[in-house]
Amino acid sequence: MKLSGAEIVVQFLKDEGVEHVFGYPGGAVLHIYDAIFQQEELRHILVRHEQGAVHAADGYARSTGKPGVALVTSGPGATNAVTGIATAYMDSIPLVVLTGQVATPFIGSDAFQEVDAVGITRPCVKHNFLVRNLEDLAETLKKAFYIATTGRPGPVVVDIPKNVTDPNIKIDYAYPDRIEMRSYNPTVRGHTGQINRAVDMILDARRPMIYTGGGVVLGDGSEELVKFTRTLGYPITNTLMGLGAYPGTDRQFLGMLGMHGTYEANMAMHECDVLIAIGARFDDRVTGDVKQFCPEAKIIHIDIDPSSISKNVRVDVPIVGDIKHVLADMNRVIEASKKKPDEAALKRWWEQIEQWRAKDCLRYDRNSALIKPQYVIEKLWEVTGGDAFVTSDVGQHQMFTAQFYKFDQPRRWINSGGLGTMGFGLPAALGVQIAHPDATVACVTGEASIQMCIQELSTALQYMLPVKIVNLNNRYMGMVRQWQELFYESRYSHSYMDALPDFLKLAESYGHVGMRIEKPEDVEGALREAFAMKDRLVFMDFITDQTENVYPMIAAGKGHHEMHERELA
Amino acid sequence: MRHIISLLMENEAGALSRVAGLFSARGYNIESLTVAPTEDPSLSRMTIVTRGSEAIIEQITKQLNKLIDVVKLADITEGRHLERELMLIKVRADNPSRREEIKRLADIFHGRILDVSDETYIVELTGNGQKLDAFIDALGPGAILETVRSGTTGVARGERTLHV
Ligand SMILES: Cc1cc2nc3c(=O)[nH]c(=O)nc-3n(C[C@H](O)[C@H](O)[C@H](O)COP(=O)(O)OP(=O)(O)OC[C@H]3O[C@@H](n4cnc5c(N)ncnc54)[C@H](O)[C@@H]3O)c2cc1C
Ligand SMILES: Cc1ncc(C[n+]2csc(CCOP(=O)(O)OP(=O)(O)O)c2C)c(N)n1
Ligand SMILES: [Mg+2]
Repeated sequence: MKLSGAEIVVQFLKDEGVEHVFGYPGGAVLHIYDAIFQQEELRHILVRHEQGAVHAADGYARSTGKPGVALVTSGPGATNAVTGIATAYMDSIPLVVLTGQVATPFIGSDAFQEVDAVGITRPCVKHNFLVRNLEDLAETLKKAFYIATTGRPGPVVVDIPKNVTDPNIKIDYAYPDRIEMRSYNPTVRGHTGQINRAVDMILDARRPMIYTGGGVVLGDGSEELVKFTRTLGYPITNTLMGLGAYPGTDRQFLGMLGMHGTYEANMAMHECDVLIAIGARFDDRVTGDVKQFCPEAKIIHIDIDPSSISKNVRVDVPIVGDIKHVLADMNRVIEASKKKPDEAALKRWWEQIEQWRAKDCLRYDRNSALIKPQYVIEKLWEVTGGDAFVTSDVGQHQMFTAQFYKFDQPRRWINSGGLGTMGFGLPAALGVQIAHPDATVACVTGEASIQMCIQELSTALQYMLPVKIVNLNNRYMGMVRQWQELFYESRYSHSYMDALPDFLKLAESYGHVGMRIEKPEDVEGALREAFAMKDRLVFMDFITDQTENVYPMIAAGKGHHEMHERELA
Repeated sequence: MRHIISLLMENEAGALSRVAGLFSARGYNIESLTVAPTEDPSLSRMTIVTRGSEAIIEQITKQLNKLIDVVKLADITEGRHLERELMLIKVRADNPSRREEIKRLADIFHGRILDVSDETYIVELTGNGQKLDAFIDALGPGAILETVRSGTTGVARGERTLHV
């Protein structure tokens, strides 16, 4: 088959099984857009800002496990995409981002809309390519998908100069269905000796703790994790990125850990004697002061990326490998082992944990005359049967969602943890809805965050994406205000959101349904009404208590046992 | 501790900047870096001299290994190894006694005089970094007009090899 570069891009994507591309046109990618126009199978979703394209592709990827694909033009198209790329990079999300580039003879001449996309994105991609020759195009695209989706996943940028996609130059094309790279060969299976050592240590534990992260979601290891945890009967906590990988409603689950984690999860971390870390990267929001981290524990760490191991905290038994394989192997070794967990020690450990749990660290004032954000999330969980895809932006609303929406399944909780990108929530929700047309998709956001990618309301109308926006409107950059209250003696420097738009009218002007909810007693009814509108985007503007803070809280640099709690009258 | 890390990498445009970018972005120390193609033109061999605690060196090697263009890597300071650096040094040689003195020093250090003008000599010297430093010290500050050092390269002794 003889194809032009532009046709190769489109045909390759189809052959690779890609169904949706999120993008925005411009000069350097016009040949590709023309090739998209002349076919029907590959669907292009036109966003309103390139950041939105990448976040949408990202939401698509997080909710499906398949790579997300974005297409943007050179220069400003590429730079607008950078925030999205960095967001995906920090959370290890598989994306392929195609950026247009000026024609090869112009590269390096400060040509119109030229930026060094490969240079700019280098520190925030798993890898990137500049395709200089048409002959390399198909193979480079294959490498991009292979690298993005294997090992520790991540975004890959392919920068394609305009002349490489020239419609008049055609070459033979065949889909390269296999690729080998001598320089890239991620480890999958864990080392047997290490697995045996780990299991031994696990079965000898008296105060064990399982700490899991985004790696279990990324590696589709939920089933094996549930089996592992239930067989052992050990307590388990998830990071912000790991929520849903273990059922949030299960008794063995202690809630999220870390800065805004539960009292019981953090205390169990502090006092455990064996810590089993699975697909988690010991982020500073999780460890707090590393010198005080799990002071009594021997640490086992399973991760596919050797550089995650012993990066922030030294571990005793490292296992490099894919979660799914390693956990399956461990489950077999545990089953075959004559040794069993120490029942009496475990019983005492659970008694201790239940005492911590009885503190009810997430309690809040349920009699408030103002809408409490926690209450909205609790009701959201009830009304959606705990079964929605929930995206979020960044701030207090994100933490309240993590604490109060009990995710029972992986890939349902979609948020920016590593980069903490305000503006992520709405476009990500659109990507999720594209991938799951019939599913319930909610976007929990704040009045500050939502304004960072608000333009995507237009995309939602164009493609009839019935996302439900839950705006927890506290008229503050709440998370910023909270830090200023606690650490800057309430000097609220520039954290007040003034001159807010009328979100109800804003939603309506974009052709959607708007609702404003001001009283606690109206919360549930409004949610029910909104979620009953199956084919409309509904923007629910909840006017919430301005003074509410996220608790518990471990201040940066403190130990797990040094939590601040909410004080209730 | 000082470590010499040798790597084989794909001879691709931009590969060098990935390594340099990694060191600057993560704040790793870099003392010298040399790179050139090998007998297989698709591969480059790079030698990096760095310093850091064991934990940092471990992260450096892991992060380097993670770069897609890096094919293989070894910390050659972990075993017996050879290291060499090349220096070309231009010195003032404007009277017979200076000329004699430099000639004598070059002989002692097994250097060679490659270029001679009325006023200058260019001396070529190879060895490890300390030997080159010693030669510079011996010349004294006034004599040196220009110093060009290649940075350290090295290889493991004996059977151990870094190849694909
Ligand atoms: C406002 C705000 C507050 C926050 N507060 C908290 C908090 O209180 N608690 C909290 O936990 N986080 C919090 N975070 C998030 C935090 O910043 C980090 O993003 C998060 O803790 C990292 O999660 P993780 O360790 O699961 O790592 P991830 O970023 O999810 O990394 C996954 C790890 O798994 C590995 N991996 C990937 N695939 C596989 C596989 N197939 N097999 C094996 N390993 C694999 C990767 O190599 C990596 O090491 C907060 C973020 C924000 C924005
Ligand atoms: C793009 C970007 N800029 C700034 C920040 C810093 N930041 C973190 S949370 C936050 C406030 C978010 O306010 P809002 O969306 O109203 O959420 P709330 O905390 O009030 O729930 C800010 C400014 C960020 N995370 N992302
Ligand atoms: Mg707010």
